[in-house]
Formats: sequence, structure tokens, C-alpha cells
Amino acid sequence: MNKTELLTRILNELKDEFGDAVIESKTHAGDRQTRVSREKIHEICSWLKEKHSFDYLVDVFGADRFTSEDRFEVIYHIISLKTGVRIFIKTWLPEENPQLPTVTDIWPGANWNEREIWDMYGVRFENHPDLRRIFLPEDFKYHPLRKEFPLLGIPGSFELPSTTPDSE
Amino acid sequence: MELKNRITDKGKPTFFKEHQIALYKSLEDKHTTVEVEEDPLGTRMILNMGPQHPATHGVLRLLLELEGEKILRTRLDIGYLHRGVEKIAENKTYQEFMPYTDRMDYLSPYSNNVALCEAVEKIADVQVPERAQWIRMIGCELARISSHLLYLGAMVMDTGAISFFIWTFKERERLYDIFDNFGGHRFTISHSRIGGVHNDLSPDVIKMIEDFCEEFPERLTDWKKLLNKNRIFYDRNNGVGRITYDDAIKLGVTGPNIRAVGVPYDIRKFDPYLKYDEVDFEIPTRLEGDNLARYYIRMEEMGESIKIIKQCLEKMPKGPIRTDDAKKSYPSKDEVYYSMEGLIHDFMMTDTGICPPEGVESYKAIEAPKGELGFYIQSDGTGHPWRLKINSPSFTNLQALEKMLDGEMIADTVVMIGGVDPVMGDSDK
Repeated sequence: MNKTELLTRILNELKDEFGDAVIESKTHAGDRQTRVSREKIHEICSWLKEKHSFDYLVDVFGADRFTSEDRFEVIYHIISLKTGVRIFIKTWLPEENPQLPTVTDIWPGANWNEREIWDMYGVRFENHPDLRRIFLPEDFKYHPLRKEFPLLGIPGSFELPSTTPDSE
Repeated sequence: MELKNRITDKGKPTFFKEHQIALYKSLEDKHTTVEVEEDPLGTRMILNMGPQHPATHGVLRLLLELEGEKILRTRLDIGYLHRGVEKIAENKTYQEFMPYTDRMDYLSPYSNNVALCEAVEKIADVQVPERAQWIRMIGCELARISSHLLYLGAMVMDTGAISFFIWTFKERERLYDIFDNFGGHRFTISHSRIGGVHNDLSPDVIKMIEDFCEEFPERLTDWKKLLNKNRIFYDRNNGVGRITYDDAIKLGVTGPNIRAVGVPYDIRKFDPYLKYDEVDFEIPTRLEGDNLARYYIRMEEMGESIKIIKQCLEKMPKGPIRTDDAKKSYPSKDEVYYSMEGLIHDFMMTDTGICPPEGVESYKAIEAPKGELGFYIQSDGTGHPWRLKINSPSFTNLQALEKMLDGEMIADTVVMIGGVDPVMGDSDK
């Protein structure tokens, strides 16, 4: 059985198991992304790991859809080292106070990726062990990968050190 | 209360105050299970290392909590080289963005170019001519050797042998000369194009690569003789920075670091791209998971790369090096200078660029020298990506470094950083 067939079988099983929580599935150039409801995301992730040995989390990342409803998107990119199947699970979040349960208890490697999403998009992860910004300092108050953040940055958003030496 | 005293006992933080406080707080909250004997002398301290430190290979900052000479817990602070390339990508056409990828993992620019081009070609359905694919493979493998050579020089220097750095740089210098003749640049080469490569290989550069392939294995044997049974080198690396099989998978370690625990995860075999399924090579793996294992793997990988390059030169067919579809790739300079259509196409490619279908997304990864380097592209039907996510290997590997350092000796810190081989341009994006 090749990888595509195996992935189709897994997604069918996912549909049987979770029913309406699996919303839609799109394919392009051999990659298939499955959108699921955000209430079930943690359950689905642990189900994938337990039942189909998706043990290696490659990446978790966000995207800004810039729509009035369900503005943010979080995509989980997981592979199974046993079968070699690659799976993309995504979920949509509202603009106001976007929150998701963390998956660090399933894959500890999600830790820094979730911090990156928090840093770049302002999506909070509940029960995350260490939710700090990863690239930008804590003093920075914006989330730069949101579409409304200007490319040139916001003047004065960083407190920069004085370039003249201290004279006392 | 005690926390604030710790940071502020030598004056208040003057810069990024909230950031400093949060970082120290997080070190205090970190839960680890390192066993230490009672320390009656009270030598517990917090050591800040970096971001400006010669042994951290760039601008990595570490916060180490020490009990005597033993590291209890570590926090890594990255982001000092953050340039926001993902944001820049959203405002550039795909081809315009490619030179920025050179500056990510700046030790192997060629691999990054190829990774982006492969990703765009996948989402926009561009067919690349055979010869261009073989040329890309040669470039990628040369970049792998170049990156591993820097690793070797720097890591051996971290263990105390300065002269080694000079020897590996001598070989890297030859590689730079090859790249200079290959694509016109020594360092940030930007040779790959969407739909092919910029120029064909000249007979001169093929001769240079052949000579390099002849002579390099000898150097490699010499270095192995010098290092493999060297008492100092062996002892400083053996058992240092060990990570278990389970932890490596849980933390998503990639590249030579995961192969050092016995997982044969290599995109070249796992999900073959270019022509890697047509050449014969091995994936070296080890079981120990320590620094020495990582060293052996990288040494063997360089040998495998030479094997791949030799096969590429043999199997490379004659033919075009860029796709002949003017809507999908830049025309050659001959066409641009001597025909009206060529000029129009050149203008359109620069202005609008290649447009993948609307609302689609796809992912493509290659095996960069440091591990899986992937680009996830979401397209909105224009020439700019709507979202371009870079899955960089150094970022994933650094996360494991935080775990590796816990419970080790302070003197081994630099060796472990060298062993994991992070590039901050790559991890900070």
C-alpha cells in the first residue's frame, strides 16, 4: 500500500471516529490538508499519535487569513516515521482572543513552535509550560506576521539603547 | 522576590527589561530532574553566556544555572538575528525572495535556493529539465561538504585544536573557488532559478569539481587518522551531549543529530526529490546519540556526498537548463537582448512573477546539511506568497540543545553547541 492510499485510509478512519469535527479536506500537488474543528484538535492529535503512530512532529505554524470570521489558522505538520506518511491538520481560530490547547504534552517538540505562533500571531496556547515570545523581546507589544502590521515596522516600538556614551 | 534580587543585584536591567525578567523567571520555573550532591559551599549561580560570545557560533544566548561545575538547567534565548524573512517573503515575488534564502543558512546557500525553487515549482507545477536537476544536486552536495567542513573546523577548535580550523578552511576555499566558477559568486551564490538554473556548467568548473572529488577523500582520510584515535578529542566528545532515541523523536530533532540516535530519517531517501532516487548512496547512522556519533556521521556524509557528485557528473545528460515556458521562468539573456517578446517576458516575470493557482497550499522539503529544510507555501493566486513558512533545521535542533545541556558539565557547553551545529541565521529567520 503506498503512502497516498494509506493517508486516505487514515483520514477515512478519522472521519468515522470524529464525525462532524472533520470539516473539509483539500489536495494540491499531492499534499492533503484536513481542517478540523478547534474544540477537538487536542483529541485528534493524540488519537493520531496513539492509533497511527504519528510520532514525529515536524512543525506547527500559524497563518493569517485576514477574514472577518475565523481569522487565524494553525497548521500541524506531522509524519509517521514507521509508515512514512505525512499529514497536515489545520484549524481556524476567531480574531478575538484566539486560543488553543497546547500539544506539548503529546509532542514536547511543539514547545518552541507554539511560542513562535504566539510571538508572530498572538495565538495563546492553554497549559503551555513556557509561553514567552521566542524571537522578539517581551517588551515588544505587536505581533508582526499579522497582515495589518506594516512591513517597515512601527517607529518607537523598540526601546533602543542610547548611541552616545554615558556622560556623568 | 528572590528572583528580582538575582537580576538586579548588580544594577537594574537597562535594556528590554520585561524580556530579561521573563527569561530569568522561566529559568527558575523550569522543571528538570538533574541529581546533584549537596553543595555545602553554596556555589549555585546563574551564568549568562552570549549573545556576543565567540564559541556560540553566532548570536546564541544561553542562561545556565550552575551548581559548581554542573549545569542544572538551561534556557536558550534566540532571536538576536531575527530579520523577519517570512514577512519579507509576503511582499516579494518568489524569484525576488530567493536571494534572501542565501542569508538564512549562510553556510550552505545553495541548498536553501534549491529548497525554495523546489517548493515553488511544486505548488506552481513547473517542470524542470533533467540537466538542471543534476546540476542542482551537484550544488547541494558541494554545499553539504562546505557546511560540514565548517562544522568540523569549528567543533574541533571548540575542543582545543586551533590548527584544524585552518585546514578545513583551506578546503572550503577550494569550494568557494568552485562556486565562483559555478554561478559567479563565491558565497551567496543564488544560482538556482525557478524552472531551472541560471547557467550551465562550463568545462572548467566540471574539471575543478572532478579534481576536488579526486583529492578530497584523501584529506578526509588524513583528518580521520588525526581525530578518530586522538585521546583528547575522543574523550571530550565521547558521551557528551547524549540524547536518547525517544527524546530525539519527541523533540523532533532533525538532520545528522537524529541519525546519531539511530533513526535513518533523511529526506533524500524518505521523500526523494531531484534525482536522489537514481543515485546510489548510504545514510550513515549511529546508535550512541552523543557528540562523537554526530562527528562520525558528518564525516561519513562527506564521503557519501563525494560519491553522489561523481555519479551526477557521470549521469548528467546534455540538454536545456531552464524550462522553455515563458510564463513560468525567466527567458535567457540572449532572448531578452535580441527579441521584443523576450524583453516583455522578462519584464512580466520581474513585475508579476510566477502565479500558482488561487487558494492552494503545499509543502516541499529537502535535506539541507543541517536537516530537513522545508517551505510551506499558501498562495492567493498572485505572484507573492500569501504565507511562506520556513521550517528551518537549526530551530528544531536548538530546542533539543536546551535538553542536552541539562546535567552536563559547564566545560562541555561549547563542544555541545558545536556538535549540534546551529546557524543562527537559519534558526532566527
